[in-house]
Amino acid sequence: MASSLVSPSPVSSFIRNKEGSGFSSFPSTFQIAIQKCKKQVSKKIVSVMAPQQSERKPATTGSVKTRMTMTEKILARASEKPQLSPGDNVWVNVDILMTHDVCGPGSIGIFKKEFGENAKVWDREKVVIIPDHYIFTSDERANRNVDILRDFCTEQNIKYFYDIKDLGNFKANPDYKGVCHVALAQEGHCRPGEVLLGTDSHTCTAGAFGQFATGIGNTDAGFVLGTGKLLLKVPPTLRFVMDGEMPPYLLAKDLILQIIGEISVAGATYKSMEFVGTTVESLNMEERMTLCNMVVEAGGKNGVVPADSTTFKYLEDKTSLPYEPVYSDAQASFLSEYRFDISKLEPLVAKPHSPDNRALARECKDVKIDRVYIGSCTGGKTEDFLAAAKLFLASGKKVRVPTFLVPATQKVWLDLYTLPIPGSGGKTMSQIFEEAGCDTPASPSCGACLGGPKDTYARMNEPKVCVSTTNRNFPGRMGHKEGQIYLASPYTAAASALTGYVTDPREFLQ
Amino acid sequence: MAASLTRISCSSAFTFSASKASVFSPSLSPPSIKVPTFSPLTVKTLGSSFAPHVTCAISLTTHATLTPSSVPSDTSTTTFHGLCYVVGDNIDTDQIIPAEYLTLVPSNPAEYEKLGSYALVGLPSSYTTRFIEPNETKTKYSIVIGGANFGCGSSREHAPVALGAAGAKAVVAESYARIFFRNSVATGEVYPLESEVRICEECKTGDVVTIQLRESRLINHSTCKEYKLNPIGDAGPVIEAGGIFAYARKTGMIPSESN
Repeated sequence: MASSLVSPSPVSSFIRNKEGSGFSSFPSTFQIAIQKCKKQVSKKIVSVMAPQQSERKPATTGSVKTRMTMTEKILARASEKPQLSPGDNVWVNVDILMTHDVCGPGSIGIFKKEFGENAKVWDREKVVIIPDHYIFTSDERANRNVDILRDFCTEQNIKYFYDIKDLGNFKANPDYKGVCHVALAQEGHCRPGEVLLGTDSHTCTAGAFGQFATGIGNTDAGFVLGTGKLLLKVPPTLRFVMDGEMPPYLLAKDLILQIIGEISVAGATYKSMEFVGTTVESLNMEERMTLCNMVVEAGGKNGVVPADSTTFKYLEDKTSLPYEPVYSDAQASFLSEYRFDISKLEPLVAKPHSPDNRALARECKDVKIDRVYIGSCTGGKTEDFLAAAKLFLASGKKVRVPTFLVPATQKVWLDLYTLPIPGSGGKTMSQIFEEAGCDTPASPSCGACLGGPKDTYARMNEPKVCVSTTNRNFPGRMGHKEGQIYLASPYTAAASALTGYVTDPREFLQ
Repeated sequence: MAASLTRISCSSAFTFSASKASVFSPSLSPPSIKVPTFSPLTVKTLGSSFAPHVTCAISLTTHATLTPSSVPSDTSTTTFHGLCYVVGDNIDTDQIIPAEYLTLVPSNPAEYEKLGSYALVGLPSSYTTRFIEPNETKTKYSIVIGGANFGCGSSREHAPVALGAAGAKAVVAESYARIFFRNSVATGEVYPLESEVRICEECKTGDVVTIQLRESRLINHSTCKEYKLNPIGDAGPVIEAGGIFAYARKTGMIPSESN
């Protein structure tokens, strides 16, 4: 909705441009909305951005058949249409439906109610069920919810169910993975060109693989379970071009915090976010996942990164199903384009209580903190821990506040204990973390990212100040309503742990 | 204050704004009209410097829509009436229903009710008037009025479900986050209506309001002001059929027998 675009001047100028861009779908209330905006955006960082340009749509003739963006092409193929435009409502064939322990039982309930107690899912190989949210807890309902998933998977003979029974020892569960979005990638369920829906807002993470991936609610999921289709509206695309070599103190988390700070928590509502440019191409898959993961924090419907050799290499040993990547046409219409010179960016945080409350990490150096949390789909992958370990290694010091480490999946946990860190003389991440005085890496799950039952490890049960590699910092997110959460990259989180204050990682990395 | 901003009408060829996902509710049960017994002089509002408009309250009886008789199930004549609860911008799903309550499964009737009892309990303590009183399980506010980006954050359907289970009938916000909007209509729990202006700044918690869906209008009886709402629009064909499931059965998409 127009009124959700609340950032002042840079955005308002693009809005006015866009009115003339030929994109007829948008009502002129955009202009009215801008006058209502009140949000303050730090002007200091704006200088690294070139002014937005909206791509002028070329005059269309009857013979023009393509010129679609990546997202449009994926949805066109999935809806078996040769052509479609943003704003079209289309019935889309779903390639993968994912659900977990929090929303699975509700989705199953709706499926059974609407399709019948004896109904069967549309395709037992396309439903992936991943318990991950409230696992290592004594909360009876939480435990019951995993049982509900198990019963359903047994009855339906679901091929991919990453079950857990022994809560006391996660390693005793051969099938259990952990955080669904990371598990989906690691188990080869993300493929370029496909449509992946999940009952979780961070399903957009999978867009890193060049596919359409977005979060849906229980009712929509119940519908997909029965039919394998869903009615979706085609979103227009915002393009983010990031060029330049990634400085050694920046991570993908800084890039996405930069973007969200720029366009606000509603700047991409109902839109697709496409990430291109030399910087994006230089990112490995887990970094691309971090980038796409927080698309929802800008209100985005989905995020996409074009598939390339990095993608194909990652997928080589993970999936044997054929896939066909798609790419935006050169003359495709984008709602607007943002350009970033990465070399000018600095490490960022999102201050309480909003992911768009952007600030330079170095300007928050007087903020005393109580704890650091490294985990979640956003910041608990192997690459994230590698980054944190690198910084601890470079400093050689010990942390000054409790530092919680929650690997996203069993694989990540294993990597912590087996992967040697370059330049460390053969040490593993777990050793470096131990030497730095961090807590022992916990059982893999979503953990305290979203608070959870009261006995969740690292949950914020008292008002504390926390630097976290997670994705949201609204009031009460990690448990306590008065808790203060600073969202940051693993580098920034590690640096902050070492000083006990919000700290720019360049203190330790230059 | 721009209380009546003229809306530039959109071309009918375009199915309304990009803010609306295609939305549908699986089963629309006819909403009942709530006519609370209220005494205008005792209506408590947030910020006690605001004095109730007694004169407006008297004129209430002339509004033809305020009838306690049963409502036909036709959406187009649906009217909601009751007290409103006003919140600000970016009310995210963690504030609507904190994550610790997500172990409750909405499709389980007993847990559905329990979810309702926790609706908006995540709002910070700066909201001194709570949505649900400490000893209660239902709200006395049938309409929630919000600002921009209402329902942002998680895709959890528990959010609109909690509001509906608590007794809210409609949310009127300046704008919505897409998943919340979609879930609201998919579940049929609350009507996610959009206002043209920031009525969250012109209404106070405890104001008596009426929403007329067919006329796309909100009337605040406590301030004697009327506001235009965006028509529920896109939801039309699918809601008419009775929701996504009914629509799919009608068009033969759902197989008649389970495979």
